[in-house]
Amino acid sequence: MAKKIIPKKTPMREQPAKERIRNYDEVPYGYSEQEAIQEAARCLQCRKPTCVQGCPVEIDIPRFIDFIAKGDFPSAIKRLKEKNVLPAVCGRVCPQEDQCEKLCVLAKKFEPVAIGRLERFAADWEAQRGETSIPTKPRPTGKKVAIIGAGPGGLTVAGDLVSAGHAVTIFEALHRPGGVLVYGIPEFRLPKAIVYGEVDYLVKCGVQLVLDFVVGKTATIDQLLEEYNAVYIGTGAGLPWFMNIPGEQLNGVYSANEYLTRANLMKAYLFPEYDTPIVRGKRVAVIGGGNVAMDCARTALRLGADEVHIVYRRSHKEMPARDEEIHHAEQEGVIFDILTLPVKYIGDERSWVTHMECLKMKLGEPDSSGRRRPVPIEGSNFIAPVDTVVCAIGQSPNPLIPQTTPDLKVGKWGNIEVDPKTGKTSKKGCWAGGDVVRGGATVILAMGDGRIAARSIHEYLTTGKW
Amino acid sequence: MYRVIKREQLVPNIHLLVVESPVIHKNAQPGEFVVVRADEHGERIPLNLVDWNETSVSMVFMEVGTSTRKLASLKQGDQLATLAGPLGTPTERFQNKNILCIGGCYGIGALYPIIRMFKSNENRVSTVIEARSSFLLYWQEKLRQYSDELHEITRDGTAGSAGHVNEFIVDYVKKHSVDVVYVQGCTYLTYLISETTRPFAIKTIVGLNPIMVDATGMCGVCRVIVGGETKFGCVDGPEFDGHQVDWDNLLSRRKVYLDEERFSLSFYECERYG
Repeated sequence: MAKKIIPKKTPMREQPAKERIRNYDEVPYGYSEQEAIQEAARCLQCRKPTCVQGCPVEIDIPRFIDFIAKGDFPSAIKRLKEKNVLPAVCGRVCPQEDQCEKLCVLAKKFEPVAIGRLERFAADWEAQRGETSIPTKPRPTGKKVAIIGAGPGGLTVAGDLVSAGHAVTIFEALHRPGGVLVYGIPEFRLPKAIVYGEVDYLVKCGVQLVLDFVVGKTATIDQLLEEYNAVYIGTGAGLPWFMNIPGEQLNGVYSANEYLTRANLMKAYLFPEYDTPIVRGKRVAVIGGGNVAMDCARTALRLGADEVHIVYRRSHKEMPARDEEIHHAEQEGVIFDILTLPVKYIGDERSWVTHMECLKMKLGEPDSSGRRRPVPIEGSNFIAPVDTVVCAIGQSPNPLIPQTTPDLKVGKWGNIEVDPKTGKTSKKGCWAGGDVVRGGATVILAMGDGRIAARSIHEYLTTGKW
Repeated sequence: MYRVIKREQLVPNIHLLVVESPVIHKNAQPGEFVVVRADEHGERIPLNLVDWNETSVSMVFMEVGTSTRKLASLKQGDQLATLAGPLGTPTERFQNKNILCIGGCYGIGALYPIIRMFKSNENRVSTVIEARSSFLLYWQEKLRQYSDELHEITRDGTAGSAGHVNEFIVDYVKKHSVDVVYVQGCTYLTYLISETTRPFAIKTIVGLNPIMVDATGMCGVCRVIVGGETKFGCVDGPEFDGHQVDWDNLLSRRKVYLDEERFSLSFYECERYG
């Protein structure tokens, strides 16, 4: 008899918007065991699962869901970790709606299986039990790999290569591992304890972690290659963009990187218990329409802003942020000023920003990205009061490594050029992936790149063939 | 964690900090800096590297706010939460030039590796150190080793020439041939010297100290306008052509967190002393 399909995902309970904008706690609570089993039962266990094709790290999705449906949570998490060293992270920040869930057969008629929520459930279930099973250590190969950047890509490469028996050292420039997961994504979206838990797991598996080590400065790639057989560059996209409009130098104008780094990595929301300050603006404008912009806007609310505006030059439809992020921002009261472009910031005699001048836009013909190009409406200038501006229009790769590695080929935007099939750079023994190659992309794409590079690195280390 | 080998008050409010580091010396060059965090709740702040060897790095800093007060309370054997470097772009190198080097406050210490490098590259090095009074001057003997001449200037005349450093500079450049002026010290000193040398069109290099967070080019808080272009102090600097720097902008950006800094310090003092 055909299984009766429940058309909608099992809802996930979350903190009410009014409460959560006054705290930094995580917004969705996650599934209970019962809810997880109920949701897992919606999976049709397709013989040829399409969902897996949508997963950049090739998680065996039907199997882990089947284990959850049967209440065998230890097997579920074990199966997940075979392919994904960061399940608690991915369950929270992956754009599943564009990947695995988009290809779920149920999605043709109903809501897809909530794969991301189930992934999160399995990872949290294990973390809450406090006992993590560590796989038995493989036989050492005697080969050494240096990974630059302890972000999601680097952590994935580290996990894959340590389980193949290579000696892996991660060099991280900041004082905490996690990269964008820690400096960029806010606590209320991804609690830092979860990231540290996943890093801790890798350390227990044998990965060496060296913090406060700025590759390109403390040691160059060439210096690392004297000691290591292979190097993976996963340094992300750390160079913030500004719009180069008048007034961006005014006090109170932040890059998204600075605003989020202060709030997240440096815990400025706990000032003065933590020493790093942040401007607690009352009228905040966040420029941009991506996930980073949503993170900044929601952070501003939690820092006590009365009014937070997302200022975006195209329309709602073109916003690159995930629907869930936009939805959460809207729920929390963020105001969306779409088809609006700032052209100038105006300051007072102390050089603090007080107003911004904007232009209204309309949509014209599609541009190279396929999205309709925003065109200014002549004479539509208007001035709005603001006391804090956060510029979240994107970022490009940090130039420290390319500058000190002349034989590493880089593209126009400073991105490292690689062979997409292997992640190999122009320099022998060096691989790269994630945002340093792609510009600003996603956590899971960085992890997918890491998986591809790890395979190629392993092959190189075992065969010696470049 | 990074073990403190020594922390010594050189003169009131100015300290020498020597911290264990087996890696930073390998690539360290004059003009570069490190970023430090005193403890787990601390800010990341940049400090000029004043010396380095195979086991340690040395910094000189002035005690002004919470972060530096925390550093000033460190004792031998204590641990620093963060020490990363070397960072920034090294000082420009010259050969066979007449270089006038000026240091004030913590900048007196910061001059040390620079004049050592200038001297070893066969330049003529004239060093000028300035303070309000003689009891605030330090390291005269260390600096003299690499200086062809050393001048002390105190506002009250208790050591060397009496008066303001800018008056001395005007007088000096009128009488001597100077190819390059190099300045380390607070923003006001670097500004003042740049304005003093501008009419004489002498190349003037200033070591700036904009606010930083990551100090690796990631956050952009240290942006400085130089020659009309936005530069990042942490990677493009911290040294720039003093005649190209937009000083009004830099001075105002230094003050963004003045209120928070005062509040933080009183909070820290209350926590510490009740």
